[in-house]
Order: sequence, then C-alpha cells, then structure tokens
Amino acid sequence: MADWTKVPAHTIAAAVKSGEVSALAVTEAHLARIAALNPKLGAYTDVTADRARKAATAVDAKRARGEALGALAGVPFAVKNLFDVAGLSTRAGSKINRDHPPAKQDATLLARLEAADAVLLGALNMGEYAYDFTGRNVHDGPARNPHDTARMTGGSSSGSGAAAAAGLAALTLGSDTNGSIRVPSALCGLFGLKPTFGALSRAHTFPFVASLDHLGPMARSTLDLALAFDAMSGPDAADPVCWTDKPKPLLPEVDQGIRGLRIAVAGGYFRAMGHAEVFAAVDQAAKALGATDLVEWPEAARARAAAFIITMVEGGALHRERLKTRIADFDPEVRDRLVAGNLLPGSMVVQAHKFRRHYCGLVARLFKAHDVFLAPATPSTAPLIEQKTFVLDGQELPVRANLGLFTQPISFAGLPVVTTPMRAPNGLPLGVQVIAAPGREDYALRVAHALEKQGIAHSHVPEIA
Amino acid sequence: MAQNPLPDPEAYTRMMAQAMDLPLEQADAAEVARNVALAFRLAASFMDYPLPDEAEPAAIFAAREQSHG
Repeated sequence: MADWTKVPAHTIAAAVKSGEVSALAVTEAHLARIAALNPKLGAYTDVTADRARKAATAVDAKRARGEALGALAGVPFAVKNLFDVAGLSTRAGSKINRDHPPAKQDATLLARLEAADAVLLGALNMGEYAYDFTGRNVHDGPARNPHDTARMTGGSSSGSGAAAAAGLAALTLGSDTNGSIRVPSALCGLFGLKPTFGALSRAHTFPFVASLDHLGPMARSTLDLALAFDAMSGPDAADPVCWTDKPKPLLPEVDQGIRGLRIAVAGGYFRAMGHAEVFAAVDQAAKALGATDLVEWPEAARARAAAFIITMVEGGALHRERLKTRIADFDPEVRDRLVAGNLLPGSMVVQAHKFRRHYCGLVARLFKAHDVFLAPATPSTAPLIEQKTFVLDGQELPVRANLGLFTQPISFAGLPVVTTPMRAPNGLPLGVQVIAAPGREDYALRVAHALEKQGIAHSHVPEIA
Repeated sequence: MAQNPLPDPEAYTRMMAQAMDLPLEQADAAEVARNVALAFRLAASFMDYPLPDEAEPAAIFAAREQSHG
C-alpha cells in the first residue's frame, strides 16, 4: 500500500479521482504524521483537523455521487500563518497578532485551492512578520529542517518548507518578499514557485512590504506547482496589484520541453559570495540543459541595497503603531530593524523606488537575448539553527541578512522564479533559481521540469532522525 | 551621498526616534543605530545613481504593465 504522505500532490489527486484511495484516508495519514512529527519539526502552529476531515468527507461524497472532482482532489495542503483562515487569528509569526479576533473569511488563494477540492490541514510556522531568512521564531520556536533537524529550514516560510519536505502536507503556500519562498524551498529540497508580481492575489493575508510581497506554492514536484498555480490564479478585486486577466494555464506547458528556449547562467554578482557547491549545482544544471552562455546580470548589488531599504521603510511604517504600543512583544531581531526603518529619510526610499523602475528596464533587456537564467538560490546549504554567521568570499557575514542575497535582486524586478532542488556533495539540499521574464512562469517551469525529468533536480521525503 | 554618510549613527537614531515618537529605550538602541548606519551605507550605492529628472517611482509597482488594471 502506498504511503500517501510521501507521494506528490498530482499522484494523490489522480488516486482520489480514480477511487484508488479516499480523500479521508489521505487526510488521516497526514494528520497522523503531523501528530507524530510536528513536535520535533515545529512546522504547524495550528492543525485544523475537524475542518480537514469534513472537507475530505465532502470530496469523497462528491465522488460517490458521480460528480467531477477538482484538479487537486483530496490533496492535503497547509498555509503560512499570515494567510487568513476563518476561525483562526492570523498571527503572522508574531505574539501580538494572536490577540486579534479570528479571521472571518479565508484568504483568496486558500479558498481557491479548496474550490479545487484540496483539503486544508492547518497553518504553518514562520519568521515574525515575515522579516526573516532563517526559520527562527522566538515565540513558537524554530521550524526544523527535515533533512537534518539541527539545521535551519530557511525563512520566512519556514513551516511551509518543513511541512512539505517532511510529508506533513503535499502542498504548502508561502509568501516571498525578498526570497521567503525560494530560500526555504532551497534549504528543504523543494520545488517552489515565486510567481510574477501581481500574478496571484494576496487578498486576506497579513502584509509585510506591499510593493514587494508575492505569494506562491511549494511542493515536491513541478507538476504540483503548475496544478496549484492554475487553481489559484485569476483576477481578484480585493488585491489592487492582482492582474485583471487570468494567466494561461501552466499545466499543459510544463512538459513541452526546452527546445527553443535560450538558457543562460547569470554571471557577475551571481557567481560570487557563495560556497563552491552552490555554483557547482548551477553548472550541473546548465550542463544538463546545454546552456553555455554566462551573462552579466546588471546592477544586482544596487538592486539588493534598494530592496533592503524599501523593506526596512515600508515594513517599519506598517508596524509603527505596534512599535509604539507593544514594543516589548516583538522578536528583538525584528524589532530593531523595524524601528530603524522608521528613522530613515523619505528621499532614500523614493530614490530606491526610482532605481527599481530603472533596474527593471535593464533586466528587461536581458530577456531580448535569453528566455531563462539560472542562478543559485542561497549562498550555502542550510546553516545550523543557532548559527549566526557564515563565511562568504572570505568575509564573515550574518546568516540572517545574507541567506537571501541571491534572491533579493530577482524579486526586486518581480520576475517569476522556480526554485529547483539539487544536492550538495554532503547530501544536504540546495536550490537553483530558474528565472524568466515577467509573465513567463511557463518557461521557468518547463526548464525546472526538464531538470526533474533528467533526475538532476529531485525532491523526496527523507527519514526524519 | 557623503563618503561617510552618518558619522554619529547613535545621535541620529536618538534624535529621529524622539521625532517619530518611538520608544527607543525599550529597544536595543545600539542595534537600531547599527541598522540605521547599515541602511545609510547601502543606500549610498544608489542615492547618487544617475537617473534622469523625469524618472518617477511607480505609484503601484507592476512587473507586467500591460496587464495591470
């Protein structure tokens, strides 16, 4: 009998549709695994078991009546706890927000997954207010990396990484302002999709930096990312930046192959400040794809600096009232950066936004000659949870600020990225960013899928020690 | 921006926190000042970047302008 906690979402959906397994059996298997492993991994902060059983039973009843099931029939999923879940306080990783009244409605993306017959299992741990790359949380404890529980998951979608990697959900949702889907996907050995800015609605989620926030799926296969994206995409008047047209479906595109795609390796900034194994993984992927061009990526360091300032200032402004009234309830590492963000001159953030528009123009030119770029997702494999610094290019630098040094310049331009899981020689996961032009999620997924089919990229549920 | 844009980050931080009515005494003032100084150092990389006068920030950023409604 299959272990339904270790197979990808599309396999579960096919099995539920065919009647090979019931949605309730899949749900119960996941709830049992959560009960067994969550105390060790710290992935979930809330398990919505009653709601899950009710939803799974409804899916099974629908099938029994002969009705067509949705694309994600019986797929157990969970969401970062900044998504509104009706009946739960949207804590956003904080102590303060758990005093909020329970949400009255679900986040748009959650509702759309349920409309496709997926089954919500609960809400997931995260870095406080999403201002984190490590997966540490002083209020709920750290999420732990299923591939080595002494190591970080990465953040801030830490529980999303831990849950999907450990088989505590087949699909998770995260948010990505500067790298918070891509960093944990890389460190936990998952496929992660940070879509183009505006492609997926952010309605009814707790924000961080409105001009940089993205939401997206994390899973153990590229097909799962496509299924989830297709179920979730579409206009939503409740999010002012969400596109007014529905993007074309990704699922029919995933297996189209890479013929005709012009693939290059991102050079310059993206070939420094990392451990050898992350560049070796990019080179391995490039070789498998027949990509020989190395292209200098323009102004990445300035882009990262400008993203850093916008994050500090917009994040600081968002939390100013809470800093005034409940400063003692913040994680100190988050608090001090948010306070600092309130003290910076306005001209600094205006110039950062002006630079952003200029930078997007420079990046757009890159896509005249190439369709897809490859770059590392993180500068190293997962550091130890208590590790504060690492050495990059001979400099000892803080882990917390620098795990996202390769992701920030990409999200600053709003580009779609699929993080593809690879392996370091020591067996730990690492990720390669597959980057495409705005609106070309299909190109990024086609390349990631090609790597998956060749066995170069691979995600699996490890034995949890 | 100046070579050393913020010679006394702690004094700047104290003054601005007072102006913004933020309880700096309940935070780690030295760490806040370190973050402020880091922000000024990083911003120096783009503050003097030559942009034309007509360059404007987008009111609502859109990565795919043509489809934004």
